Amino acid sequence: MDFATLLQMLDATVRLATPLLLACLAGLFSERAGIFDIGLEGKMLAAAFLSAAIAAVSGSVWLGLFAGIGASIALSIIHGLASITFRGNQLISGVAINFLAAGLTVVIAQSWFAQGGRTPQLSGGARFNPITLPFAEALRDVPVIGPIYFQLISGHTPLVYLAILMVPITWWILYRTRFGLRLRAVGENPAAVDTAGVSVIGLRYAAVAICGVLCGIAGAYLATALQAGFVKDMSAGRGYIALAALIFAKWRPWYALYACLLFGFLQALSLRPDVITRALNFQVNGQLLDVLPYILTVVILAGFVGKAIPPRAGGEPYVKER
Amino acid sequence: MTLMKTFLGASAALALTAGSVAADPAILFDLGGKFDKSFNESAYNGAQRWADETGGSYAEVEIQSDAQREQAIRRFAESGANPIVMAGFSWATPLAEVAADYPDTKFAIIDMVVEAPNVRSVVFNEHEGSYLVGMMAAMASETGTVSFIGGMDIPLIRKFACGYAEGAKAVNPDATVIANMAGTTPAAWNDPVKGSELTLAQISQGSDVVFAAAGGTGVGVLQTAADEDILSIGVDANQNYLHPGEVLTSMMKRVDNAVYEAMSQGEDLEVGFNVMGVANEGVGYALDEFNAELVTDEMKAAVDAAAAEIASGSLSVHDYTSDESCPALSF
Repeated sequence: MDFATLLQMLDATVRLATPLLLACLAGLFSERAGIFDIGLEGKMLAAAFLSAAIAAVSGSVWLGLFAGIGASIALSIIHGLASITFRGNQLISGVAINFLAAGLTVVIAQSWFAQGGRTPQLSGGARFNPITLPFAEALRDVPVIGPIYFQLISGHTPLVYLAILMVPITWWILYRTRFGLRLRAVGENPAAVDTAGVSVIGLRYAAVAICGVLCGIAGAYLATALQAGFVKDMSAGRGYIALAALIFAKWRPWYALYACLLFGFLQALSLRPDVITRALNFQVNGQLLDVLPYILTVVILAGFVGKAIPPRAGGEPYVKER
Repeated sequence: MTLMKTFLGASAALALTAGSVAADPAILFDLGGKFDKSFNESAYNGAQRWADETGGSYAEVEIQSDAQREQAIRRFAESGANPIVMAGFSWATPLAEVAADYPDTKFAIIDMVVEAPNVRSVVFNEHEGSYLVGMMAAMASETGTVSFIGGMDIPLIRKFACGYAEGAKAVNPDATVIANMAGTTPAAWNDPVKGSELTLAQISQGSDVVFAAAGGTGVGVLQTAADEDILSIGVDANQNYLHPGEVLTSMMKRVDNAVYEAMSQGEDLEVGFNVMGVANEGVGYALDEFNAELVTDEMKAAVDAAAAEIASGSLSVHDYTSDESCPALSF
């Protein structure tokens, strides 16, 4: 495998890992606060649709981004209502959100645009365009570093940099702020947080709302940065892979980055069967690469490589003792 | 019980709206709806053309779920609609159940074969159309490498890929043809992000013309091809307008012709096996104002000559589904 091919694959890895990373961090906030969320997929899908729809109508991708975040937060609040306020089953609520998003997006898109459940094609200012980082053109011809900087680091859409920036920010919020400490505590032992006089309900809603914002960005990235419009079911299971990455990362922000990059790389690898065949000298089945993230997650869960311990109070609604 | 009531209510509403006039033809669209910019819309255009030309009217229904299929066919059959045309291979199973119950009604199904004395089965020679666009791809390519992106990895899609590769190699025996499938599950029809990434991966391998037969995934392929300034080829309907000047052509499957023909024959619909190929304008390539500048006279002459040879039978394109193998491409 030559250097150019490797760069091209790493470039694809970054693009493919970004939605996973955003959704994974979204799930991290929610699950660290004790709210399991398998509705990441549905929230991404709803955000993808509304961001593309609003961007198409208004011509501004930023308005679209905010609309997408709004759609995702709305679904988050439904999830919060069902699982925090009404103490329902969090998994069932999450599944319901996935179904709701899959159906609603197509129905609304069809009645709005009448294009078979798609949104119109976005162009110009209605989609996120790649940005060239400073000096990228100048450094382009410098051997090794030049191409790496020009191709791999520069030339992505703003949301990619935002996603990567979210990793240290998430780490800082969770481990260096009072809010983060309380958020983690509410996922481990909500009764203790309640005893300290901090609102468990309030914290959990905050976590679910942050989850909504990040899922919204992930969805908008799919529809307005990677693509130029919404197509039905376009999230294509990325919410579930993000969930697998979250478990793989043992609910920690930096590990989440590595897990998402690894899963992104596996996806990039499956795009180039010829490279794999040349490297290994035999043909590898494409399906195998597609299921590898899930296999790795099962291996981790089974305890072969370290141990993945979920937040202790995860999945349980908090009932105040009287 | 409440759910049951809703269901019955919905079916009653469907029954009332569907097929109220007797002896008119009826058309049933597949999931995806009649304005899908592709297969169903093409069927709708055919029905509409028949209505405009004859002044007749037809009944139609867009189903919302697979569960409605059999009921929809029965409803039309009982209301006296004749012939009843259905677009899409998914209609085959319910039609096979229903056809015998209405021996006096003629049915037409597109894209699938149903063996019954009152059914016309229309199938397309997609490999022939793919051969033609494959020739154009190889002629338009400057790098000598052209590529194909399929949706779900099924024999039908391999049939497209195989015809395409054969066409490309007929023009340039040294041409490299890269073929990728988006996946092995139905999700592969609706993953434009993967379509985009596959396109970029193929570009990095030198491809400068990409043919997408991948449903919603193809939207991403055409978009990325336009963004990266390489040529793309659309499928099923004429997709040239999606990116004017960037889409070389589209491999057209004339579903509209099939529907038009079935409706024109009316109650005397000719039953049996009906193959729509290059010979009877069932498949072909699209040429309009959006790609006129891309298609050179030389290209057009070569493709039209090949089309004539296929039509006359002197050139035969290998059909992947006939023996599950492809001489021009290995999967």
